[in-house]
Amino acid sequence: MQIIHEDLLAMVEAMPAFPQGVIKVLDMCSKTDCSPKDLVSVVERDPVLAMRVLKLVNSPFIGLSQPISSISHGVAYVGMNTIKNIALTVAAIGMLPRENKANFNMDEFLQHSLGTAAVCKRMAGLKGVKETNSADYFLAGLLHDFGKVILVRQMPDQFSEALEEAQKKKLALDVAERMIYKIDHAEIGAVLAAHWALPEGLVRAIRYHHSAGDLSNPSLLEQIVMAGNLVVHRLGFGSSGNYYPAELPKSIIKNLDMNIDEIISAIGDTDALFADAKAFAST
Amino acid sequence: MKFKFWGVRGSIATPGPKTVRYGGNTTCIEIRGASDELVILDAGTGIFQLGNTLAPEFPININIFLSHTHWDHIQGLPMFSPIFVPGNQITIHGAMDIVSQHSVKEVLSRQMEHAYFPVKETELAAELSYVDLQENNCIEFGETRVTNCLLNHPVLNFGYRVESADKSLVFTGDHEWPYNIYDPTDPEYGAYQEIINARRQKIIDFFKDVDALIIDTSYDDIEYEQSKMGWGHGTFDKSIAAAKESSVKKCYLTHHEPTRSDDELEDLYFAALERNDISDSDPEFILAKEGVEFLA
Repeated sequence: MQIIHEDLLAMVEAMPAFPQGVIKVLDMCSKTDCSPKDLVSVVERDPVLAMRVLKLVNSPFIGLSQPISSISHGVAYVGMNTIKNIALTVAAIGMLPRENKANFNMDEFLQHSLGTAAVCKRMAGLKGVKETNSADYFLAGLLHDFGKVILVRQMPDQFSEALEEAQKKKLALDVAERMIYKIDHAEIGAVLAAHWALPEGLVRAIRYHHSAGDLSNPSLLEQIVMAGNLVVHRLGFGSSGNYYPAELPKSIIKNLDMNIDEIISAIGDTDALFADAKAFAST
Repeated sequence: MKFKFWGVRGSIATPGPKTVRYGGNTTCIEIRGASDELVILDAGTGIFQLGNTLAPEFPININIFLSHTHWDHIQGLPMFSPIFVPGNQITIHGAMDIVSQHSVKEVLSRQMEHAYFPVKETELAAELSYVDLQENNCIEFGETRVTNCLLNHPVLNFGYRVESADKSLVFTGDHEWPYNIYDPTDPEYGAYQEIINARRQKIIDFFKDVDALIIDTSYDDIEYEQSKMGWGHGTFDKSIAAAKESSVKKCYLTHHEPTRSDDELEDLYFAALERNDISDSDPEFILAKEGVEFLA
C-alpha cells in the first residue's frame, strides 16, 4: 500500500488536536502569564500537538544539528515562544471530533496513550534509564498508536472493519488490519514519523510496538513500549480498540527480566500512576 | 579582518540627544574579510547608512547574514541602496520560520508588499538570492567562512562565526541564555537542567577563543530578573560570564535597550565591570558604538 501521498500529508497537516489539548492550549495562551512548564505539560500529553511540534522542530529545512526527541528538549532548543506558536497554530484548526465514522472512542484512546506513556516512563526508571532520557520514553508511549489517529481520519470504514473483525475473530488488531488492508497502524505511524524525520529511535519504537520480539537486537525503548502497551491493556486503562493483543514475547520477558505481572507489581500504585492521565483525558 | 558597527540599538531605532554617543540605529555590522570581501550581519536601520558608502565599489558582491527576521534586524533592507543597482550581487542568508514554514525569501518579501513599501521585491534591480541556512552550515567566499549556531530567541535566531585568514568573530544576534522552566522541586528540573547545560556548553564552544565576541547585552541583570525573562535577550553579567568562559579576546556588548540614555548605559556598564571583578587576564569588554571600526 502506498501510504505517503499528497492527500494524506495534507490531511495530517490540517488535522486538529484532541479537545482536551486544544481547550487547554487556548486557555493558557489567552493569559499573559502563560507558564512554560504548564504549556509543555499540555503539548506532551496530546498526541497530535506533540507530533506536530516534533515534526516542525526536526524538519530538515531547519536542520538542527541534533534530533529533538521530547517537547521540553524542543523548548530548550527552539524556545518557548516557537513551541507556543506551533501549539496555537494547531489549536486554531479546531478539535478532533469525539464522534467519528469508525466508531472509535477517542477519549478512551487518549487514556490508553497517556497510560502507556506513564508506564513507559516508569519502566524506564525501573530499568535505570537516566532521568534526562525518560521524557523520550514518555513520548514514545504517547505516540506508539499515532497510526490509529490517521486511520480514524483517513480510512474510517476500513479501520472500523478491522476493529470489528478483530473482535469477531478474536484477533490482535494489527493482525486484523494486515488481513484487511495489508498494513497496520504501527507501520502507518512509523512511516509518517520517518517521513517527518523524527528521531530514529522513536520511529522504531512506533514501528515495532507489536513486533519488537521479532527483532534480533531490540532496543530498550522498543521493548519498553511494547511491554508498556500490554501493561496498560492488562490493567484495562482506556482502550485502543485492541481486545486480543498478543502476549509479550519470551525474549523480551527475558531481556527485561520481568513479565507483565511482574512489571505491574514493580510499578506499584497504578492508580497514582494513571491519576495524571485520567485527569487530562477526562477534561 | 575589520568590522564596523552601523547600528547597536535593540528593538527600535532611537534617534535623539540621549543616544548620540552610542547611536540610535538598530543592528547592522559591516565586516571586511582578509581580501576585503564584504559580509553584513543583520539589516537593521543602520544598513541604510552603510549602503550609502558602498557606491564606489559597485558592482559589488555582498553576503548578508540575518540572525533572525524580527523588525529591528531587517527594517533597513528595503532602503539599502545596493539592492536597486543592476550588477550588484546580494545573497541573503538566514533561518526559515519554523512556525509558518516560510523561507527567508518569503518572510522578507512580505515587508516589501504594496501596503508596506512602494517597490516590490521582484522589481529590485540587483541580483538577489536567498539561502535558508541549516544549523552548522558553512558558507565560504574568498578567504572568509561563516558558520552558524542556533541561539535562543522567541523566533529562530542564528549566531554567526566569521573566520577570515587567522582572525575570528562571533555575533550572537539576539540571545537569552536558556533557563530552567521548572522549579527546583519539580521532578523534571534535573533532566531539563542537563539539557540546558549541554546547550550552554555547545554555545560556549561556538564562541571559543574568538578575537571578537559581539553579544546581545540588552538588560541589566536586575531588570531582567524583575520583568524581562523569556524576552530573548542577554544581560551584562551573563555576557561577561560567557565571554570569560569561552576565552574570547574582546567582547563587544550590544543591542542596547532602546529606552536607555547614553549616560544610563555607561552607568550600567561601569557597574557591571566593577561587580564582575574584571582583571587583566579577562577579555576586554567594550560597549558597541555606532560608527566605530575595530580590527579583529
